[in-house]
This record gives sequence, structure tokens and C-alpha cells, in this order.
Amino acid sequence: MAEITLKSLAHTYLSDPKSPEDYAIREMNHVWHQGGAYALLGPSGCGKSTLLNIISGLLEPSSGDVLFDGERVNALPPEGRNIAQVFQFPVIYDTMTVYDNLAFPLRNVKTPEARVHERVMEVADVLELTAQLKRKAKNLTADEKQKVSMGRGLVRDDVSAILFDEPLTVIDPQLKWKLRRKLKEIHQRFEITMVYVTHDQLEASTFADKIAVMYEGQVVQFGTPRELFETPNHTFVGYFIGSPGMNFFDVSFRDGRVLADETELSVGPGVRRAIEGARSTNVKLGIRPEFVEVHEAPVEGGMEAVVEHAQDLGTYSIVYLRLGDTPLKARIEEDQAVPVGRAYLRFPDERLGLYVDEFRVEIDHE
Amino acid sequence: MNKVQNNRAWWLILPMLLLVAFSAIIPLMTVVNYSVQDVFDANTRFFTGAEWFKEMLNDPELHAAVLRQFAFSLTVLAIEVPLGIGIALLMPKKGWQASAVLILVTMPLLIPWNVVGSIWQIFTRGDIGLMGWSLRELGYGYNITASPVDAWVTIILMDVWHWTPLIALLCYSGLRSIPDAYYQAARIDRASKWAVFRFIQLPKLTNVLVIGVLLRFMHSFMIYAEPFVLTGGGPGSSTTFLSQSLTTMAIGQQDLGPSAAFSLIYFLIILLVSWVFYTAIMNMQKDNKKEGEA
Repeated sequence: MAEITLKSLAHTYLSDPKSPEDYAIREMNHVWHQGGAYALLGPSGCGKSTLLNIISGLLEPSSGDVLFDGERVNALPPEGRNIAQVFQFPVIYDTMTVYDNLAFPLRNVKTPEARVHERVMEVADVLELTAQLKRKAKNLTADEKQKVSMGRGLVRDDVSAILFDEPLTVIDPQLKWKLRRKLKEIHQRFEITMVYVTHDQLEASTFADKIAVMYEGQVVQFGTPRELFETPNHTFVGYFIGSPGMNFFDVSFRDGRVLADETELSVGPGVRRAIEGARSTNVKLGIRPEFVEVHEAPVEGGMEAVVEHAQDLGTYSIVYLRLGDTPLKARIEEDQAVPVGRAYLRFPDERLGLYVDEFRVEIDHE
Repeated sequence: MNKVQNNRAWWLILPMLLLVAFSAIIPLMTVVNYSVQDVFDANTRFFTGAEWFKEMLNDPELHAAVLRQFAFSLTVLAIEVPLGIGIALLMPKKGWQASAVLILVTMPLLIPWNVVGSIWQIFTRGDIGLMGWSLRELGYGYNITASPVDAWVTIILMDVWHWTPLIALLCYSGLRSIPDAYYQAARIDRASKWAVFRFIQLPKLTNVLVIGVLLRFMHSFMIYAEPFVLTGGGPGSSTTFLSQSLTTMAIGQQDLGPSAAFSLIYFLIILLVSWVFYTAIMNMQKDNKKEGEA
């Protein structure tokens, strides 16, 4: 059992890094608590696999420390770390049977055969692989293979964390869901820390209690799926989480008015004060498409926008609008009529986020 | 969609059939033709039936050549396959060293057979050959024209030198295609170096090794030019392999009937051994039927 702490961790693949862009992982501090189900979410190339490989010991970080229960493990190789890892493509030992595959990590450390049998049967039962035990692993389907590679992590008593590197990439959609539920079940039963790397927000939010969103080598937000949705800490989290992503306006404050380019935005006094006080030229207002109020007729405090087109997605529609020069999207439920030509928008104050230099700033609405 | 039945479509395979006929079937049938007749000249021939085949199958000289041939092929396979795998494992994986080693290893494959024979002929000469001279200076009376053991060892050395690179090259490409995740998973599973070789590298090499072993078996079973140049089949007939016996019979003695029969037997042996080997390997990869149904 372990709590994994990353202390001032940074990593670069270059021998002579000069700017922050040269780092795959920029200096970060992070704690994965014992027994948690975590997701590491981010686009391709944001450094999430690098981070995973540093935790498992396949990579040694350029600077900073990896601590397991407070003990520095930087120099320990993967075989010394009590960590299991499941890779994007199922790794199985082709010539062995499923049973031998599952027994492999135990036999490598000379576990008595009776104990091996006991553990293998237990894990096979949980993973629903009992019927396949005598088959050659090579002839299994992709999802069964992925279960076998997961099982090799589970059979070990000493494993304190299992790391998943986009494990469902090669699995059929309907099986993905089943396997994800299985993962959740295993997590509850074994109380193992699980870190799950993915670029799919749905996968992340169904699996994890808390999600770390990574962007350009940094964890920009660590929170529950709800927190990521309602109060994104960084504009990237706003874009990346939610479908479609958050709307952002480059705003400025002039002559007592809040302007997005040349269009005045109608916002409450709290938001106005916050924008006025911002000490930067990079100020953005963000609002989720779900929270944009769309009216067909003019309303008090409504901003007139052009309706460009709408996309009917069954239970809801996405309306593509243009407010002045800024495009934005709004999500409206199926019982509401889609406006034609013009629409009148309102942004509820408590749903607006203010971003100065891409990071969220709290707004005092009083 | 309606499927139209039109048997005239069979004509479309005619060009292929002609090509195969001229490249394989007709030449082979000529040999079959000779193998069942005794031909004296263009107008005089007798049908002999299975006579030549019986004679060949009972010829003690050919028995000896077949045994010698198997001994040779199995010996070179037993040396070249493990050695080739070993070399492939040791070869550098990237950088200029990889290219340099690759070129060095590949070199012997680019040399024509009879040139290889000539190189070794000179190499082993007692007066000017590096190997022959050195061994003699060291006090060993090395002489491939007098000692069958010396001749055998030299021919095997020569074949190993010439053809191990093929196995090494095939294995090298096979090893390169193993994703890193396998090695990483093995480390996490705490597998020993031997286990990594036995359960990851070797299984992933199976396919290239099947090709390699088949090629090497067929090649070595048909070996001709190199021993012919190096030892001429001697001393005595100690290094006379099948194709040399055949050439002597067909061209030296003009025994067309027996040599045709012998060619067919020779061909069938290669076909049979290759088929048995291939089937055995492919069966190893399947589930045991009974268990597979579980």
C-alpha cells in the first residue's frame, strides 16, 4: 500500500534544456493518495505517459523526487517498486497459457506453487477468466488479453498501485464499457491505488474519483469531474472538458464597459469590477455552452447574437452563434425551440469564469 | 447483387497456367519422362517402369550420400540458428554502430557461392593460406585433401561463415519489431533475462525463424558449388553431397534414367522435410484442441 508523492518533479528528454518548452514534465508537486482511483487526462503529447513511466520507474526523472510512502524511490528500477502497469496494447506472453501468464510474476519471485495456484484462481475468478485458463494467451480476444495483463498486476500481493496507460484503446466500444466497470469493481475490492491515463474525458470521469488534467507538461487542475466541469481552473480545462468545450471571450474594460472586441457584454457589477482590476492584457471570460441562456425574443439584459446554424443531437441541440465577432456555442434542451436568424443571450453571473493569463481568478459577486 | 455464372471465365486463368507450365510443370515432366525410360539415342528407348527408382533406392553409395547430406544440413542448422540468434541479440540497436555492424554482418551474404569456395580454398592452403599456415605453425597437421575430419570441419565452418548472417539478419529484424512495452512489462513482472528471451524474444522470433530454418535447410541440402570448389567432394567421397553425386551421374556418366529417378527422390525428400517441419511448428502455436473448447 502506498501513497505516491511527486516532489518538484521535472523531466526532459533533452540533454541541454533551455526553455520550459524543452521539458516533457515541468516542475510539479502532486500526491496520489493510497487507495484512490485517479485519472490523468490530457491530449496526446502533454506528458502523461512520461509521468506514468516515471512513477513506475521505467524512466528516471531529470530532477525532483518520486516518493512512495515518504521514501525516495528515484533510483529503484520498476522491478523494485511494487507497481504494476497495463499498457496501451495488451502485453501477454504468447506461448504461455492464460494460467501461466497470470502465474508468471509470482513464479519469477519463486512463490510456492500452492500459493501461486490460489492467487491465480482468485484473480481469474474476479476477471472472469476461469474458463480461459488453459487456453494459449495468444488466441484470446483483445479485451481478454487486456484482462490478462491486468491480472498479472493483481496476482501480486505486494502491488500497491496499478498504472493504466490508455488501456482501452484497442477494445471494441461495447466491451470498453464492460471492462471499465470491471476496473471499478476491482478497485473497490482490492483497495489498490489506480492511476489511469487517457485522453478521453468520458473514460476519465467514469473511472476516476479525481482527475488530474495535464497540459504542456503540467497538471493544470486536479479535481472531481464535477469541479472540472463547473469551475475549470485553466482555459485549457474549459476547452478540453465538456462537449462542446467552454466558450471564451477576449475581454477588455473601456469607458466603464466590458468589451469583447468591439461588442459590449452585459455582465453583473462583480464581474465588471474583477475585469477592471485585472493587471494583464490577457483577460478572458468563459462560459459553458450549457449555461448560456438563449431566448428567441429580446429580454432584459439580453445580447443580440446571430444564429449561424444548429446541430440536432437528439435530446439536445448545439446552436452555433456569433456575438459581435466572437463565435460561441450554446446547448439547448429538446423542449426549447431553436431560434432562427437572431437570438438574445444572457450569461448568468455565477456561471461566468474569469481567466487572467489563462488561469481562473475568483470573482467577488458581492 | 446477382452472381452471374459463366464458365467461360475459366479461360482467364489460361495465361497463368501457361506460365506455370513452362516454368515448372514441363521441365519436371521431362525429368519424370526420363526416370521411367532407358534412353540410348534419339530413336532407341525402352520403358523401364519403376526400375531406376528401385536401383537408386538400393544404391549404397547414394545411401551414404543421403546420410552425409542430412548430417551436414542438421549440423549447420544446429550451429547457425543459435549462433544467428545470439549475434542478433548482441547487435547494437541504434546509431551509427548499428549500421556499421549490419554492413559487416551482411558482407558474406553478398559473395557468390564459388567465390566463397575459392576464398576458403586459399584460406586453408598450408603454404600461403592464413588458416592453413597458422594451424600448421601451431603444430597441427591440418590438411583438407588428406583428412576427412579436417575437410568436414572446414566445410561446416565455411557454411557457418557464409550463412549465419542470414539468420542473424532475419532475427535482428524480428527483434526490432518487438514493442518496448513487452520489455517494460517483463521488468515490472520481474522476469529474468533468460525469461525475457524465452517468453518474449523467442516467441516473437518464431515466424522469422521458420523462414530462416526452411531456407537454410533447403539451401544446405542442395549445397554444391562451395564444397565442389573447396574439396571436390574428397578426400575419397567424404564430402560428396547429394547434388554432387547427382551431377557426376547425370553429366559425368550420362546416366539419364537413374539420375532422373534420383532427382525426383531428392526433390521429394526436400519437400517432405520442409512440410513436416512447417506443419509441426504451426501446430505448436494452436490451442490443444480439447482444452481450446473449454
